[in-house]
Amino acid sequence: MDVLNALVAFANFVLVPATAYGAQLALGALGVTLIYGILRFSNFAHGDTMAFGAMVTILVTWSIPLVFAWLQFNFPTLLFPIADWVLSPFGVAGGPLPTALLALPVGILVTALLLLGTDRVIYGFYRQQRAKPVVLVIVSMGVMFMMNGLVRFVIGPDDQRFADGARFIVSAREFKAMTGLREGLAFKTSQGITIVTAVIVVAALFWFLNRTRTGKSMRAYSDNEDLALLSGINPERVVAITWIIVAALATVAGVLYGLDKSFKPFTYFQLLLPIFASAIVGGLGSPVGAIVGGFVIAFSEVTVTYAWKKVLGYLMPEALEPSGLVQLLSTDYKFAVSFVILVIVLLFRPTGIFAGKTG
Amino acid sequence: MTQNAYQNDRGNKDRTITNPDGIGSAEPVRAATAAATAKPVANGQFLIGDGMTGGYGMGADILHDCTIAVKKGEIAVIVGPNGAGKSTAMRAVFGMLNLRQGAVRLDGQDISGLTPQARVAKGMAFVPQNSNIFASLTVEENLEMGAFLRRDDINRTMEQVYELFPILKDKRRQIAGELSGGQRQQVAVGRALMTEPQVLMLDEPTAGVSPIVMDELFDRIIEVARTGISILMVEQNARQALNIADTGYVLVQGRNRYTDTGQTLLADPEVRKSFLGG
Repeated sequence: MDVLNALVAFANFVLVPATAYGAQLALGALGVTLIYGILRFSNFAHGDTMAFGAMVTILVTWSIPLVFAWLQFNFPTLLFPIADWVLSPFGVAGGPLPTALLALPVGILVTALLLLGTDRVIYGFYRQQRAKPVVLVIVSMGVMFMMNGLVRFVIGPDDQRFADGARFIVSAREFKAMTGLREGLAFKTSQGITIVTAVIVVAALFWFLNRTRTGKSMRAYSDNEDLALLSGINPERVVAITWIIVAALATVAGVLYGLDKSFKPFTYFQLLLPIFASAIVGGLGSPVGAIVGGFVIAFSEVTVTYAWKKVLGYLMPEALEPSGLVQLLSTDYKFAVSFVILVIVLLFRPTGIFAGKTG
Repeated sequence: MTQNAYQNDRGNKDRTITNPDGIGSAEPVRAATAAATAKPVANGQFLIGDGMTGGYGMGADILHDCTIAVKKGEIAVIVGPNGAGKSTAMRAVFGMLNLRQGAVRLDGQDISGLTPQARVAKGMAFVPQNSNIFASLTVEENLEMGAFLRRDDINRTMEQVYELFPILKDKRRQIAGELSGGQRQQVAVGRALMTEPQVLMLDEPTAGVSPIVMDELFDRIIEVARTGISILMVEQNARQALNIADTGYVLVQGRNRYTDTGQTLLADPEVRKSFLGG
């Protein structure tokens, strides 16, 4: 019996990774739930929007050293020291933070432009026709395939690694040396950044929706479209702001996921299932639900696919120690977990944990 | 409407992919098709929907050369049987319906090409019959949304609304959807008053409230009219409404049947027999 080592092993292999993954899913699900609440359809293109945002961010990350060199060459006296100071905390200049964080705002901007353009050219037409939401769902699938192709065309279908800077905040070896325990607890920089960024983004979003005039007008539009019109709220403006926020959420989620794991367009397409599961489990249209749902899905997925042998080995008397891996499901089947949860929720509580907006 | 494949309802009930809540039914005028032009004010009418003809989408016309108007600071009431196009006429005046013919003029200006939100900015306010509050927002947020277009301090107007409907002040932090029917109507009227409109349009403000609350609401409406706000109202309780009306319109099948002062209409045996139940 060694409870402390069991706890550390649990934290290392389940708690920390699942929290980071949950935060990424929550950010993705928030985007889906916002579109569902305000534009009133499920946006199947969301996974590929995340891929697009991450792709732009990666391209900008790669070009930062070039810009840096160009600045050094052309403005050695005035601009270069400023750029140097801005870059110093990031990986490209030997700092601990990933350079991608610096490129993130550009990624968000370009993604916002893409989404606004898509809305202008595609969704706007269907809104004008007063198309039923189900038509928009199918339209979003078409958009999904387009974005999918676009991303693969630009960056290719392969894995891209773009994480730089310090790899760990606390590495397993450091942890062992610090505590003298047999088990190590690794805390990756990408996990730390994911959690901190997610908290900041979620807090900002909630403040925006509940405290600002524009945010309240978005909730009003979601609640009652006709009455929003009668109050002088411009629907096109609400829709545009929604797309911009969704672009920000999707890009942040995509970049954080890419930093934590790696960037591969197909993975982002597959992420659609856990993200939708998160949004639906929490209650579509409810931002709080999206966050809770994200963590529910992430923790289920990680706990079900984790091999518990090590943790149980510490907890159980030697005679009862498991001989197998005690892994309920191979990681290859992790998507089945979201799917099963989705089915169970839809069977027994179709409105989700937070009952969405129908209450 | 049925002609439009985009509006086919097939497969639209799966709530995991579609969200029918709060979806709009308005077909708003989208952009100024014609610049607002000043014309002489017709017989001192402040707001007039003149010879309006139109319907929803590709469907048949609901309104046929229908004219409704209200003078400054007066109360005009539209009555008529079910399906007479009363609510449609109101929506048309507010630009939530594309007109095929006719014009809407406010204070002599042609506003037919303005979007609904532009009409709000011009000093018009509308309380629809159904879902006329933001049910998931608090009472106070409802009022704030009413004043969405205003950039100045709205606290004074909010105080005035609370003075008119004291119960709302006590419940201002409450979610509006949790209030009783009468209180919801007060929120609805309060929201509309937040823009400090010159014209207030009410679509059956007393639908589904008890007789006591109804009398109370009528009193408040008269109070509002006394402050100089013109009121255009559709009412199911025709007798009581015509009693307080300066002008009454009787619509039948989208056409004007009778137009006169409220008292004259009440005294007219034809009108009494056909529309007021004897």
